[in-house]
Amino acid sequence: MGGLATMMLSSIKLEDVTVAYARHPAVHHVTGAFSKGSMTAIAGPNGAGKSTLLKAIMGELPLAGGAIDRGGLSARDFGYLPQAAEIDRQFPMSVADTVMLGAWHRSGAFQRIDRQAVARAQNALTAVGLEGFGARNIGSLSAGQFQRVLFARLLLQDAKVIILDEPFTAIDARTTRDLLDIVRRWHSDGRTIIAVLHDFDQVRAYFPETLLMAREAIEWGPTTVAMSSRNLLRARAMAESWDESADVCEEETAAA
Amino acid sequence: MTLDSIFIAPFVDYGFMRRALVACLALALGSAPIGVLLMLRRMSLMGDAMSHAILPGAAVGFLIAGGLSLPAMGLGGLVAGLSIAILSGVISRTTALREDASFASFYLTSLALGVLIVSLRGSNIDLLHVLFGTILAIDARALYLVGGIASLTIVILAVVYRPLVAECFDPGFLRAVGGRGSLYHFLFLLLVVLNLVAGFEALGTLMAVGLMMLPAAVARLWAQSLPAMFATAALTAALSGYLGLVASFHFALASGPTIILTASCIYGVSLLLSPSGLLRRLYPRRHFKA
Repeated sequence: MGGLATMMLSSIKLEDVTVAYARHPAVHHVTGAFSKGSMTAIAGPNGAGKSTLLKAIMGELPLAGGAIDRGGLSARDFGYLPQAAEIDRQFPMSVADTVMLGAWHRSGAFQRIDRQAVARAQNALTAVGLEGFGARNIGSLSAGQFQRVLFARLLLQDAKVIILDEPFTAIDARTTRDLLDIVRRWHSDGRTIIAVLHDFDQVRAYFPETLLMAREAIEWGPTTVAMSSRNLLRARAMAESWDESADVCEEETAAA
Repeated sequence: MTLDSIFIAPFVDYGFMRRALVACLALALGSAPIGVLLMLRRMSLMGDAMSHAILPGAAVGFLIAGGLSLPAMGLGGLVAGLSIAILSGVISRTTALREDASFASFYLTSLALGVLIVSLRGSNIDLLHVLFGTILAIDARALYLVGGIASLTIVILAVVYRPLVAECFDPGFLRAVGGRGSLYHFLFLLLVVLNLVAGFEALGTLMAVGLMMLPAAVARLWAQSLPAMFATAALTAALSGYLGLVASFHFALASGPTIILTASCIYGVSLLLSPSGLLRRLYPRRHFKA
């Protein structure tokens, strides 16, 4: 039972989580768990609160209700690839330096970067198919190549939980396939993967579990069940309802 | 008229020219890298706003010292600049206002306050001194201040180079890995204020930003990597300072504006000749095979 205990320990449990912007919930009473080593897609229409939920999981947003149990995981155990990174691609930075940022937990702000770290960064670049690109400026890369660089940085981060927010938007098919293979490898390493995806075919092909949400969780479980056409229809219908003058939600007090 | 009499003699013959040159070179070393970082953070105009924010502090120093006293005004400017940097930082993090918006409202208030305070006492000539600098009247104490600020800037930049660049490049990532980005951002703003104070001693509040941002723009046009940009910017600023002083000496022009206009000329030439410049656009070279 020891195995079970550690598994429970490092899974991420959501307990009735609500996140609101100006009191309007973007994520509404979501309960469930990402167990350790699971690979979960988060799907749903635009404005369904998917990115918001990711940020809440990492503790970047305050909760309006409920609780998130990260099972002893600290901020440094999360590797996060935001939807549109706040990166100025014209910044005079080399590919190698960008990847090297992934070693932040080891190098920190002031420690020296040794040969091993440099070698690790080079391996990461090779793994994403960008061997020999190290000295180039990131400004000279295409969008797909740059996304590969960000994946290389994630590789170097060596995080226990990897959180991807629409990682394949505006990325060509081949790059998407290559990067999905990396995600799969992370999964087989035993890392927990949580990814927001828009392409339902990708979700069905690669992700064993799915959280389908439209502010509320519509279904959270095996992908085949969650992505049934009935659930998808419900998701679409729920996303379209937005009430500016909504009443105060009483669900919590009712549940208590 | 020999080359010697044009380019060297003014500095050999006159102490005030030597001091002005040293001040310019020190300023170039400190301000130029700061300008590059400001530009890369898309805060090019923030330096301008900040330079106005310094004014009321300098004016209060001016009043307390009872006249043009560079240390008093410098200290006042430092306090005013830092308060505004902190205030707008806090406001942009706690309200919907972005940092540039809160900066704008603060510096306008600050500028009005500064002009008002100066006009309470001094004549318009003094106000001109504050706005346009006094590089030819710079004394040894002011020189120590400018040199000290430049040295401090370079040391701090060297120490916090990695986190500062990381914060510039991808603030979201640094936040996610728990690398106190706002601390470095604040440290950077401190350096901006310090260098503007140094610049305002030499060139005045309005011109201080010129020697910060124009060399940065020149560097962006020529250099590809960040260290090369720092070097290009510092060199451009130093050259502008030197040539500007020479020109202002021989043509009896106001030194501050001449220095900035020299930097502007270098910028103009760079727009034409740099790799991405007009000339290369009009006469492109043949492309490579691969």
